[in-house]
Amino acid sequence: MTTELLGILLIFLASLSLAWPLGKYITRVFTDQSTFLDFLNPMEEKLLRLAGINPSYSMDWKQNAKALLGLNLIFFFFAFLFLLFQGAHPFWNPVRLGNWEPTLAFNTAVSFVTNTNLQHYSGESGASYFTQLLVFCWLQFVSAGTGIAACALLFQGLKNDRTSQLGNFYKLFVKSCTRILLPLAVVVSLLLVLGGTPVTFEGLREVTTLEGQKINVASGPVAPMVAIKQLGTNGGGFFGPNSTHPFENPNYLTNVVENISILLIPMALVFTFGFFLNRKKLALVFMGVMTLLFLSFVAISITEELKGSPSLRELGLSSSSNLEGKELRFGSMASSLWGVSTTSTSNGSVNSMHDSHTPISGGIFLLDMMINAIYGGVGVGFINFFLYVIIAVFIAGQMIGRTPDFLGKKIEAPEIKLASLVILLHPFLILAGTALASYSLSLDPELGWLKNPSYHGFSEILYENTSAAANNGSGFEGLGDNTPFWNLLTGIIMLLGRFLPIIGPLALVGSLSFKKSIPQSSGSLKLESMAFGVVLLAVILIVTALSFFPALALGPIADYFSI
Amino acid sequence: MTTASVNKTITGEGLRFAFLQSFVKLNPRILIKNPVMFMVALGTLVMVLVTLISLLQTSDSLGTPGYNLVITLILFVTVLFGNFAEAIAEAKGKAQADSLRKTRQDTKAKKILANGEIKSVSSSELRKGDVFLVEAGEIIPADGEIIAGLASVDESAITGESAPVIREAETDHNSVIGGTKVLSDQIKVKVVAEPGESFLDKMIKLVEGANRQKTPNEIALTILLASFTLVFLIVTVTLKPFGDLVNAPITIAALVSLFVCLIPTTIGGLLSAIGIAGMDRALKANLIAKSGKAVETAGDIDILLLDKTGTITIGNRKATNFYPLREEDREKLNRYAAISSFGDPTPEGKSILELTKSLGVTFSDRELDNSLIIKFSAETRISGVDLADGTKIRKGSWNSICFWSTNREELKFLEQKVKEIAANGGTPLALAVDKKAIGVIQLEDIIKPGIHERFDRLRKMGVRTVMVTGDNPLTAAYIAKKAGVDDFIAEAKPENKLNYIKKEQAEGKLVAMMGDGTNDAPALAQADLGVAMNSGTQAAKEAANMVDLDSDPTKLLEVIEIGKQLLITRGNVTTFSIANDVAKYFAIVPALFAAAIPGLNALNIMNLSSPDSAILSAVIFNAIIIPLLIPLALGGVKYRPIGAAELLTKNLLIYGLGGVVVPFLGIKLIDLLISGLL
Repeated sequence: MTTELLGILLIFLASLSLAWPLGKYITRVFTDQSTFLDFLNPMEEKLLRLAGINPSYSMDWKQNAKALLGLNLIFFFFAFLFLLFQGAHPFWNPVRLGNWEPTLAFNTAVSFVTNTNLQHYSGESGASYFTQLLVFCWLQFVSAGTGIAACALLFQGLKNDRTSQLGNFYKLFVKSCTRILLPLAVVVSLLLVLGGTPVTFEGLREVTTLEGQKINVASGPVAPMVAIKQLGTNGGGFFGPNSTHPFENPNYLTNVVENISILLIPMALVFTFGFFLNRKKLALVFMGVMTLLFLSFVAISITEELKGSPSLRELGLSSSSNLEGKELRFGSMASSLWGVSTTSTSNGSVNSMHDSHTPISGGIFLLDMMINAIYGGVGVGFINFFLYVIIAVFIAGQMIGRTPDFLGKKIEAPEIKLASLVILLHPFLILAGTALASYSLSLDPELGWLKNPSYHGFSEILYENTSAAANNGSGFEGLGDNTPFWNLLTGIIMLLGRFLPIIGPLALVGSLSFKKSIPQSSGSLKLESMAFGVVLLAVILIVTALSFFPALALGPIADYFSI
Repeated sequence: MTTASVNKTITGEGLRFAFLQSFVKLNPRILIKNPVMFMVALGTLVMVLVTLISLLQTSDSLGTPGYNLVITLILFVTVLFGNFAEAIAEAKGKAQADSLRKTRQDTKAKKILANGEIKSVSSSELRKGDVFLVEAGEIIPADGEIIAGLASVDESAITGESAPVIREAETDHNSVIGGTKVLSDQIKVKVVAEPGESFLDKMIKLVEGANRQKTPNEIALTILLASFTLVFLIVTVTLKPFGDLVNAPITIAALVSLFVCLIPTTIGGLLSAIGIAGMDRALKANLIAKSGKAVETAGDIDILLLDKTGTITIGNRKATNFYPLREEDREKLNRYAAISSFGDPTPEGKSILELTKSLGVTFSDRELDNSLIIKFSAETRISGVDLADGTKIRKGSWNSICFWSTNREELKFLEQKVKEIAANGGTPLALAVDKKAIGVIQLEDIIKPGIHERFDRLRKMGVRTVMVTGDNPLTAAYIAKKAGVDDFIAEAKPENKLNYIKKEQAEGKLVAMMGDGTNDAPALAQADLGVAMNSGTQAAKEAANMVDLDSDPTKLLEVIEIGKQLLITRGNVTTFSIANDVAKYFAIVPALFAAAIPGLNALNIMNLSSPDSAILSAVIFNAIIIPLLIPLALGGVKYRPIGAAELLTKNLLIYGLGGVVVPFLGIKLIDLLISGLL
């Protein structure tokens, strides 16, 4: 018990203390200062010039948004076509895996481009090593790079005074990949290999078990994929069972490394905000609000798991904590911490089956994705959080009798319009998707993709939609999600849930960037204060949690009170 | 009419008007301007249909007709309450408009034709550029500028101030307002406004709120509220299939109730009332804001430009002390100071007379018979009087009197005093009799009592004060320090003000100023908030965003508080409204699924008696909170300059925490009252 607690404290504190220097380093990358990887400069420059891009040309928000969308569109088509015709390429495909069904290919391509990695396929039985490395692994890099670059554009916009130039997306994108993700991924891969995660290009290995049976064990170039899936808050595992699989996450130490990797960049970007804009105290307020929510969620999840499963208790089977769906080598506390980490950062990798958590713990995971801004996905998490900040500033500013401003930029009708539209989008996608699925299932109960009845089944539907909208990618298994209906529905939700919440805030910050910065006076709202932190927390909880309260009441809460 | 005092309380007539308007405003074209209340109206309409259908058939989702009818009625009343709040705010303005309208009668005007003839025409026939004549006892037929003459005018019809004011051609006080009355003399006036566009017409429109535009912050807030409404629309609409899936059917009445309770009806219903009340508070302070935006801007002001004279100091410089060269000459100095100032029309001269009177100096008018008054000239900087007996008395600046006097050696004894006076922000004036200086008169600016505290208050609000004065920098610095202003512009010319404003604006600051003269107009126009004095010129009034009917320069301080109060009231009611949702959820959600999911009754933490009563209580609370908060909306939340962070903490505790707690109590109370009836 104490060891378990110390273990998760170690993970959290290590993440937080590594995030500070990383945040400083990322600021150097964003502001074009020298880094130890500058030998890459000439090559990058040449590549960009070859693509007809002038990396020193600063663009406004619209040009940047076009660049971002265009590049991601290319990534999508490349991945989609490749999956459709996977069987056609001869090498790195030892098991001769064939072409993909079109809706699954669509869903998977979207899923990796949008940094979601909602895997409706199973890696070991569906994707060739080529697909895993050059499609999935590649997309896990570039989709994370896209998010980080978008965040850099946002920071620059907040820093600007009466100019519309936010920087160059292409350059920031390349730098995010090569200066931030790549070096970290190398380090994490090495640590994982040391911990026992395999890297091989051999096919299935025949193994004789203790019982003397012969089984085929799938393996492959696992470590690099796992490293980037965690660092880039992607969550797309090499194997279907993700980080519960003994090759992806062999032992407690690899679990520590992976969990830190999940939290690292999202936390660091909050500090980067402080360094980049020279508002370190404000960054600490943001970090404080996020951490308060994060730790409360972890505490709730652990408490519920330790209480154990009431169904088993009734049967007199279990007296201690709920271990169903968990890996015994991690234990329930590390599973809860991972669950909250992966859902709050829109990562989506799992080290336990979320479906098997107690209802309230599962509900916490849902709530985490509904808020989608506690540290959040790389880059986009802070962007989401920024929208809550805008709403909080707007309300708090009025309460002290001044036209609200954020960092000296007035928040007026156009900004509120953009912020509230994007905030509105999230409940819309989740609830509309869930309503559509619920409705079609009510019409035809024989559809067959829902294995659990009643409230828990509803939770599974809600979870799938929430995970797609939040670009999380984890699943409440128990839902037969590889059907054209789910492939298309979640595909569309992922696309909208990814790109609108990037473009909306970019437009918002484009408008702020052009505004005159007004100086602070003693009449201005002091953001670095307890009171503002409370407003921010209240906005996050009331605005978000309340939109989902009825849905949560019917899912996890009803589940909790009924078992 | 006394704009300031009429309608502090709402009259019976106002209530009747507001009651009728609550129904008139049900017109969908008016309702749609307020998206939140429009959705409540739509919800009501849905419930009307549901009630009718439930009379004819029964099903799980329809519920009983009686219950449906009650919900329908409560929703309808909610809409009416919202309309009533707006109407009651308008009623105040309407009463003021009515009494202003009485002033705007058709009067006869003596139009001066091109050939000099005078023709009697109706005031409505006067056009811009026409010239008319008004004499004592007549009503001025149109807004205009005096081109010849001087008159005392009774403007009480507009300003509520009964003391007459002087209006004179070729001064900064040359504009007259149609509807006011000339008390003495006669003036020639050039018309400056077409019929229907006069000051009075504009004022009527403003107080009626006929063309009230939403202010920028109000627009932004409306957008936010609209999107909250949309979120909750999605939440409630999707709840139907969710409920069906888990076999927990929900009645339409319950869904509509949930929706109406969740959307921010409280702030939605009170939003425009708060805006109108803000304008109204400005009006009560005798400030005519040309738009609501001006009032809102006032709350954001960073820098206040204040004229020294009249704002920081009382009127003009005053004589405060006499210092004789030789103590035995004290009597003589006092006496000659009085005599020399008798014929002196300047404010300084008058104040010397006042001071001597208070010292008990008397002299008879006869002493001045056949005397010759020497007027002040800029060249000699000396004024005085030559009495019939040949005595020559002169007073003037220290240097010029020294030059005029012959006893220069002796004067060195006074020099120390002179320097001391100047260093303390005063102006030394020397007096000489028959070429012999006999003493010094100390003139001082009297700083208004309490002004230092007001500036402290402004500083706490984050407003910097800047004094504008024609004084030399030394004197200005002294007064600035004594009065507690943050900065000053000495030896100011109108263009200095303009440049100062531009400089501060370039740094992103918002500047407010007050002015009256034509040469103030550019600065008034440049300032983010320009307040013109009603006594000022037409040009100044046109350039400004507000006109102060009292022509009181300290009004700027009030304007800022009114602006802040407007924003704070809006912000706090919004917070309260949103915080209310927590309790409403705990009332309605368990009630929705009570039958199908008994376990969810654990969420019924208020222990409401039945699902029906829970929903009804929430809807009733949601409706009556609107009229309960009308006094707050109209009166405004009191603004206290205690610093931004403390203010936020305080308001969070009252309106945020209060907003969470109050509905729990309110809903429980209503439940206790109605549970017996169900």
